[in-house]
Amino acid sequence: MVSHLFSNIEETVAVILFGIGFTMLLLHRNLIKKILGMNIMDTAVYLFLAAKGYISGRMVPIVVDGVQDTSAYINPVPSGLVLTGIVVSVSSTALLLALVIRIYGRYHSLDLDEILMKVKKEERS
Amino acid sequence: MTLVQNLPFFSIVIAMFSGIISSVLTGKQARNVSIGAIVVTTFMSAAVLAFCLKTGESYTYMMGHFPAPWGNEIRAGVLEGLTALLFGVVMLLSVVGGMGHTFEDVEGSKLNLFFIVIDLMLSSLLALIYTNDLFTAYVFVEINTIAGCGLIMIRQVGRSFTSAIRYLMMSQLGSGLFLIGLTLLYDVTGHLLMSPAKEAVAAIEASGSYEIPMLVILAVISVGLAIKSGLYPFHSWIPDTYGYATPTASAILSGLVSKGYIFLLIKIFYRVIGRENVINSRIVNVLFLFGLVGMIMGSVRAMLEKDTRRMIAYSSVAQIGYIYLGLGLGTQDGVIAAIFHMFTHSATKALLFISAVGLYEVSGDKKDYLSLRGAGYRNPLAGIGFTVGALSMVGFPMLSGFISKLLFASSALESPHKMLPTLIGLAVSTVLNAVYFLRLVTTLYSPATAGALVGEVRKRTRAAHWMLGGATCCFILLNLILGSFSQPVVRAIAEGLAMFE
Repeated sequence: MVSHLFSNIEETVAVILFGIGFTMLLLHRNLIKKILGMNIMDTAVYLFLAAKGYISGRMVPIVVDGVQDTSAYINPVPSGLVLTGIVVSVSSTALLLALVIRIYGRYHSLDLDEILMKVKKEERS
Repeated sequence: MTLVQNLPFFSIVIAMFSGIISSVLTGKQARNVSIGAIVVTTFMSAAVLAFCLKTGESYTYMMGHFPAPWGNEIRAGVLEGLTALLFGVVMLLSVVGGMGHTFEDVEGSKLNLFFIVIDLMLSSLLALIYTNDLFTAYVFVEINTIAGCGLIMIRQVGRSFTSAIRYLMMSQLGSGLFLIGLTLLYDVTGHLLMSPAKEAVAAIEASGSYEIPMLVILAVISVGLAIKSGLYPFHSWIPDTYGYATPTASAILSGLVSKGYIFLLIKIFYRVIGRENVINSRIVNVLFLFGLVGMIMGSVRAMLEKDTRRMIAYSSVAQIGYIYLGLGLGTQDGVIAAIFHMFTHSATKALLFISAVGLYEVSGDKKDYLSLRGAGYRNPLAGIGFTVGALSMVGFPMLSGFISKLLFASSALESPHKMLPTLIGLAVSTVLNAVYFLRLVTTLYSPATAGALVGEVRKRTRAAHWMLGGATCCFILLNLILGSFSQPVVRAIAEGLAMFE
């Protein structure tokens, strides 16, 4: 069992990182650390995809030297998925950071619980 | 290939391009473009539905020049056409009905941004409905999330920022789980298109290998989409999100966005994993349990709520519970009931949010029970709209809510182990629904107390009143149509589900 984990070290690390990121995003109170957690989670998925797409001993799927044989290259689809995924996570990170800037400018805090308390106080007054 | 078969692709692209064009237009021009796009795409969806009903089969549409196992595909059938049509109608009515408040809640210079977000929302919903490719689905799930967040925070008050950030955080958790599920599925099957992936899954199941990975994939995808649609234990973001956004945004978020994810989940169950495998994995039992608990707890929380908009939002939690309960029954009829309830809830919840606006307008913008006393007399049409919506949610005959409850109950009779909990859950939840909705309706029609604000009608929104009234009337009509002529709809859903297999 343990030897399986070591022979698939990239996937093991990816799943552990996913868990770390997921927990940070779910449980951390600091908004910036939440966003960091989200990025760790997304990056873990890309590591997983890249590890799965790699075939040992083959090249990057870009035709140089006129080699057309598919057995010379790795699978290009996971790399494409990683690129698409990075675009998606960059845009949602940007949106979240912009939102955090607005919130910090208004409540001078990054602690979600503290912000929620301030919002409630603001509504009552 | 006929022209009609191109329409699903055209509708997605039209919605997306109208968003791009709107970025250089003024607010009013952007509004017109946006409404035009919704109307055009809705007619296109109707044409697709008519075409699929006539030919009696679904079709796939190749994107780019790569054939099936590699390229990207759009797929349209009866169920896709019907869902897109209904989503389009609800979206149009929500945008028109909440127009007065949109213009009031959103800063003038940012008005075109609001309509860009609406266009993006429309295109992502259509793409979620029509796509036949798992990774495309993921990308549009994210676009949908970002558009949803935009809808919430466009109203620049403190509460909407915090609810937007909570919404985005929860949604990102859901998307992360969905993405890792897709990744695992791709690794196991080697396909991203739904049809070849299903063949690969069938081969895997037949050989009995990858038992645990398949279970993990199913669990992770279901939980991810359940978080995003707000199933009970993951519902904490719902009340703030729906309760403090501008009315159009509340109606769209509760009526359509969560349904888009559920539709995707049903599609993955049927078109990728296979219905038999989903039932055998017992994941349906988990969904059933969460749905059942959600039905009761959502209603209990709604009863305890003083703010009526938060009450309607908590009622959404209960209704999402109903839908997952139908999915969890694991029978064909259960899924039909779930999809019909999806339609019911879209039409009814949007009606409730939009007509509630009319009631707040005549009550000095207060949203608690006490201030709404007698509001039904001050704004008769909104009062009638709210009453119809409330009765439909409770399950009054003639209205769509009754039909979905009937479908749930009759489908429960087919699965012996789940029959009793379903029927008891339905009964308890209906009683609770009746308690809080009818209490509010009674409040609307009881004479105002001396202390309450009366007659403080806002002048600015008066100009948009005919829009609000018209949208309310159309929503009532939609509810009556779904309730009184349910048979063709149910038949179409059954036919569409048969095409999914």
